Amino acid sequence: MEVSLYPGCSFDGVAREYRESVEAVSKILGVEFKELPDWTCCGASSAHVTNDKLAVALAAANLEIADRVGMDLVVPCAACFQRLKVAEKHLKQGKPVEGFSGKYEGMIHIKPIVDFLWEDVGEKALKEKVKKPLKGLNPVCYYGCLTARPPKVTDAKNAEDPQEMDRLLKTLGADVKNWSFKTDCCGGNLTLSRPDLQLKLTRKLLDMAEEAGADCIVTECPMCHMNLDSKQKEISQEAGKPYNIPIFYFSELMGLAFGDRSVEKWLGRHTVDPRPLLRQRGLI
Amino acid sequence: MTVTELPQVIVPNPSFRKQVEEMSGEQVSACFQCEKCTNGCPLTFAMDIAPHKVIRSVHLGLKDSILNSDTIWVCASCETCTTRCPNGIDIAHIMDTLRQIAQREGVKASQKNVPIFHDVFLSSMKRFGRVHEASMAVTYSLKSGGLKGLLGQAGMGLGMFKKGKVKVFPSRLRANKKVRDIFKATERKG
Repeated sequence: MEVSLYPGCSFDGVAREYRESVEAVSKILGVEFKELPDWTCCGASSAHVTNDKLAVALAAANLEIADRVGMDLVVPCAACFQRLKVAEKHLKQGKPVEGFSGKYEGMIHIKPIVDFLWEDVGEKALKEKVKKPLKGLNPVCYYGCLTARPPKVTDAKNAEDPQEMDRLLKTLGADVKNWSFKTDCCGGNLTLSRPDLQLKLTRKLLDMAEEAGADCIVTECPMCHMNLDSKQKEISQEAGKPYNIPIFYFSELMGLAFGDRSVEKWLGRHTVDPRPLLRQRGLI
Repeated sequence: MTVTELPQVIVPNPSFRKQVEEMSGEQVSACFQCEKCTNGCPLTFAMDIAPHKVIRSVHLGLKDSILNSDTIWVCASCETCTTRCPNGIDIAHIMDTLRQIAQREGVKASQKNVPIFHDVFLSSMKRFGRVHEASMAVTYSLKSGGLKGLLGQAGMGLGMFKKGKVKVFPSRLRANKKVRDIFKATERKG
């Protein structure tokens, strides 16, 4: 199976282990992610704050490339996904898009990577590859804001309580915990400009995961991962108690369950080391 | 009673609602103040005007107080308000519109670092065609906090570097001209 991939700017940087694990898992599944040739930044967190037309045109330029390639477009970053969907809606509704003179037929689907794996690759194909079920691991799934919201843009089936990642991880054998904070905001947009606010929002997620009985949090968004994983030391100092909850990309856990050998390399890039937990559960 | 204790005279700007509705394409007047936006917002604790009051203030034409508020700059664009509004108002989009009006009309942002971040982000994109995280973070730290700001972030940067999560050199793209052209074509038109 071949699809287009819009990696987004973080995929080579802070989310390097995300890219590495997605590439490893796709090989095992026989899925070819073809990186969109000459893709450019979608505008992400900042263009829409400054200029609507700029924000739509930046994303539309990438949709034109995907359209020309002619395969469905899979997006591993929540913010990129949402901006591309905003542009898609504009183009499909025939609204004028200033700064964009390209063509867009709109025959392709744009999907978050987890939805693609769950819906298009499917449960059966995923289950067949499981060599080491994630028994004893108790994750909560954290989808973040923008794969789901707003549903009139994202076409999410259940924006308040998405299920795809939960089901995917259950298929891998994990004992997924339920919680009410799947799509609550981690403060990603304020990480640099108001870190105090971001820490408050992120801390709440860590607290609620613990209350739900989870031993780790699983995410599909590079910004969510960075906020949850790399700020726990600061949160511990502020709270006066230690926070040490491993944060995984779903693809890392897929690699683990599929028996991929590079798992430990990816996990070594985390700020909170998840290896002690996995050793304790007998998974590495 | 001293002068400072006198009630403030608020001069409403009757064309403000029209300006916001035209720019955003959203129908602000559909709001019936159910407060669902405010109740779902994760950042109300840091806001001076709650989201439903922002919408009401647009109705009333209280332009100055909104454009000078903390609210428009601490909104994290999480889109919970937009998702839950029973009248289909894209409130997060209205927040964008208000930030755009404030920037265009030269209203100083109450949270000075927020527009600095967005400027630095967009400059990086304009220069390289994609955002180069490392140089973007360094420029932001310098612009927002000077040398002290840079040193404050250095620890985290070094930690990321050791973990192999810093892409040192930006990608060289043929397509960055395309990005610059988009900036040029949409400048001052948003």
